[in-house]
Amino acid sequence: MTARHLIPLLAGSAFALAAPAFGATDDTLERGAYLARAGDCVACHTAPGGEAFAGGLPIESPFGIIYSTNITPDDEHGIGGYTEEEFAAALRDGERADGANLYPAMPYPSYANLTDDDVHALYVYFMQGVEPVAEQPPETDLGFPFNQRWGISAWNWLFADQPTFTPSASNPELTERGRYLVQGLGHCGSCHTPRGFAEQETALDDSDSDYLAGANLGEWWAPSLRGGSGGDGRGVEGWDTQAIVDYLKTGRNAHATVGGEMTSVIAHSTSHLTDKDLTGIAQYLKSLPANPAAEDAPSAQDRQRATNETEAHLTAAKNLSDGERLYLDNCAACHFNAGQGAERVFPPLNGNALANADNPSGLIHTILAGAKPPATPTIPAQLPMPGFAWRLSDDEVASLATFVRGAWGNDGDAVKAEQVADVRDELGDAPLNKAVDREGELNQTDGED
Amino acid sequence: MAKQQPRVDAVIVGLGWTGSIMGMELTDAGLNVLALERGEDRTNEDLAYPKPADELQYGIRHTMMQKPKQAAVTIRRDLDERALPQRKLGAFLPGNGVGGAGAHWTGVLIRPTPTDLQLKTFADQAFGKGVLQDDMQIQDFGVSWDELEPHFTFFEKVCGQSGTTGNLNGQIQEGGDPFEGPRSEPYPLPALQDTQNTEMFEKAAKQLGYHPFPNPSANVSRAWTNPYGMQLGPCNYCGFCSRYGCLNYSKASPQTCILNALKQRSNFDYRTNANVTRVELAADGKTATGVTYVDNDGEEVFQPADMVILASYALNNVRLMLNSGIGQPYDPVARTGTVGRNYSYQVGGGIHCYFDDIEFNPFATAGATGKMFNDFSPGNFDSAQYGFIGGAKMHSSQASGTPIKTPLPKDAPSWGQGYKDALQKHYGHHMKLSMTGSVMSYRSNMLDLDPTWKDPYGMPLLRMTFDWKRNEHRLSAFMRDRLREIADVLQPDYRDESFNLEGSHFKVTSYVSTHNVGGAVMGTDPSTSAINRYLQSWDVHNVFVPGGNAFPQNFQSNPTDLIGALTYWSAKKIREEYLQNPGPLMSRA
Repeated sequence: MTARHLIPLLAGSAFALAAPAFGATDDTLERGAYLARAGDCVACHTAPGGEAFAGGLPIESPFGIIYSTNITPDDEHGIGGYTEEEFAAALRDGERADGANLYPAMPYPSYANLTDDDVHALYVYFMQGVEPVAEQPPETDLGFPFNQRWGISAWNWLFADQPTFTPSASNPELTERGRYLVQGLGHCGSCHTPRGFAEQETALDDSDSDYLAGANLGEWWAPSLRGGSGGDGRGVEGWDTQAIVDYLKTGRNAHATVGGEMTSVIAHSTSHLTDKDLTGIAQYLKSLPANPAAEDAPSAQDRQRATNETEAHLTAAKNLSDGERLYLDNCAACHFNAGQGAERVFPPLNGNALANADNPSGLIHTILAGAKPPATPTIPAQLPMPGFAWRLSDDEVASLATFVRGAWGNDGDAVKAEQVADVRDELGDAPLNKAVDREGELNQTDGED
Repeated sequence: MAKQQPRVDAVIVGLGWTGSIMGMELTDAGLNVLALERGEDRTNEDLAYPKPADELQYGIRHTMMQKPKQAAVTIRRDLDERALPQRKLGAFLPGNGVGGAGAHWTGVLIRPTPTDLQLKTFADQAFGKGVLQDDMQIQDFGVSWDELEPHFTFFEKVCGQSGTTGNLNGQIQEGGDPFEGPRSEPYPLPALQDTQNTEMFEKAAKQLGYHPFPNPSANVSRAWTNPYGMQLGPCNYCGFCSRYGCLNYSKASPQTCILNALKQRSNFDYRTNANVTRVELAADGKTATGVTYVDNDGEEVFQPADMVILASYALNNVRLMLNSGIGQPYDPVARTGTVGRNYSYQVGGGIHCYFDDIEFNPFATAGATGKMFNDFSPGNFDSAQYGFIGGAKMHSSQASGTPIKTPLPKDAPSWGQGYKDALQKHYGHHMKLSMTGSVMSYRSNMLDLDPTWKDPYGMPLLRMTFDWKRNEHRLSAFMRDRLREIADVLQPDYRDESFNLEGSHFKVTSYVSTHNVGGAVMGTDPSTSAINRYLQSWDVHNVFVPGGNAFPQNFQSNPTDLIGALTYWSAKKIREEYLQNPGPLMSRA
């Protein structure tokens, strides 16, 4: 088992809706199941290869490993004994039935905005729609002082203050629905809002320009989701509403293909939401003005000129740097000389948020380990980008990444071989894309064996 | 007593194109479907860049193909010879593993013509008595162009077919094939880029009055998302198509076009390394009860099922029918029985043209890259005066630029320094003028069970009896003359010819084509077809046999488009009629 950062990547764990055993109307139960999707509960509360919602996933935090809990309705190991009131307190206030505080790896500061109706539906779903699993996940055992859960009360008092959601009458209803989902169950800010000195999200709602302004999530840059105008025009700012919907529904659009931790969010949560809710989310994100670009950021015209130059240089293929040659040999087949990729199939690198992030680790990670979009209900296709860890040295990856970060209109800093070595170390034994087994397949013949 | 698995609604034998299509259709209909594949699993990841770009491994050592140990065919050229088993693949290369040959095919996706589907009717109208060989057994398919057209259209959307429309609802379109049957919709994507050889061929062909058009391609020219939400990347012309998986996810295959969508369905499952040895029949022999397979541990397993879809390669479908006692084996002497009858193939030939001063850059190409013309398909020219029936697509294709398979002039040494010198001199200076021709069906071209040779499970091998006949020799000679006229226009510095002319026999050692067709052919007469026009066994009604085996004879086009369309056609009938009322879909009378 490998520990992961905050939002765990949960590949291929399916969970089915069990038939309700008693009580509630199917409607409430179904709505609860849908809301559990919107909250992506399964992602953290399921161990790799484990039963859905039975907990046990190790979540890496700055304070140590936090193990997710069993939230199936098992009386002994899960939340079968919770009253609806206790369930609501856990969701909104981070308070366990025995009164102890939950660690804020649980996004209760976001879930605090949940309406009573939705808490009820979730309760019905977890009590009646989920199979109880009699498994005890490992106990979280952080070192002192973080094992003193009472201390979280102060943290909560300081940082967790979101009230129950009330829609604003001055915004369109659908945009407000989006705001509710983004700030609440979607807990988008957990990754996309910068964290402060106590690892708190520096903003829980849009009253602050820090909200969803982009954040470093371990090695990945979780880009700004503030989609309104006013910034450098890149990223979500350059996407229209439909592009955001496409991305959340299928993991890909004309501008990007999902990578990193967001892959799991799309696979298990957003790809299952209705078009209407996704449209609401998109409208809300587009309503948040982007933060101003840095003063030295290249203009759109500069970027277009640079794009033309890079394309012409790669096409001529004369006097190539190492990075340019490596790009042509390894990347250009799918991403093309203009770095534009192929719409919805291969993501563009020109203007790519990951390629331009201050922290190049996400790009390095992708070059080394490859990437694979999720199979979603509407776009099940999975065209994996191969990893190049077996094929390119640290120096080569650094040259390549440096080229990609400076090509076309990109303006990321150069990458050093040591940075590549660090990411390579971190990947460790992760199942990198290996070369063909030359000992095996190549020695087979189709003769008389 | 074999181990027994829980019953399923439908079991599919083989997970290539037809198995994947049937999987989609039958799970759509709500059935619990299980596919059994005798080879390994294979996903897009197994084909990721740059793994397939290895000529020695895939092009020469046939990593993606069946091993003779799994499925050798014994071969003889006439009924009096003793057949011997293949010990090395040669003339044809059936696929192995998930995706089947659909994972390593070249990617030419072209329809037959309406005439091709009704060749017997055409022959009766256009040929006087005595013109054709009397041992010829050509037949109509029993399904019409209009019936199949929607299924071609859908399958082509699944594949992202790239090309230039020639006939849209009867209106002839500039740049396409004026001889194609009317299409209800244009090609989903525009044609691939031209190469040097295609431009030269096109010019010469036009000069001679022909109607060249881009090879219809399943290597897609643009990014494509198909009706299942599956995606293909735009072809990057890497030149690794035929015999290779596509490293750019640009070639239509079960992997790129269907399998992720199918695997998502909870009523679908598949097992690999599950080698089906026979279909089990009920005591009265009228229905199948399931299939027996040998699993990875060598253990026999019985898989009960209400329906059996034989979706293996054409040759293996016939073998499974024979080994299971489905239908009556064909007897070429008594001319009785239908299973094994009308095995057919594809005839090729061409002129290699070498130009010392032209750089063709053959490494930058897609499998289907090329131009062809259809002026010599049946009905478009008068072949009766030359004493043959059938036709050929005439083309200059450039499927690959891999070094080991580089064609060299016939007088070039095949090893040593002389070979290296010739390779250096001629690489990239070669283009080919080709014919890909139809092959008719004959009394003695057939499939049956070999009386001597058995596989590791004790099951008899399939015996192929096949040779070129006078009709195909004449066709080859005629097409050779036409290609010579094109070569005369092009004026190469040096040229070689290779055609199957009078006196030549079928050679199993060098590659000809993996368009093995027939043997369990479709039709409307149970005395001359093993399966009815819905691909249902005449004798065991819950067995359906989609595949190239259904062709009563072969036409000049590549078979995949028709195989896909026929599979959807069969699936439609199963869904609309058979599932409501299981039984024979056509009466024997």
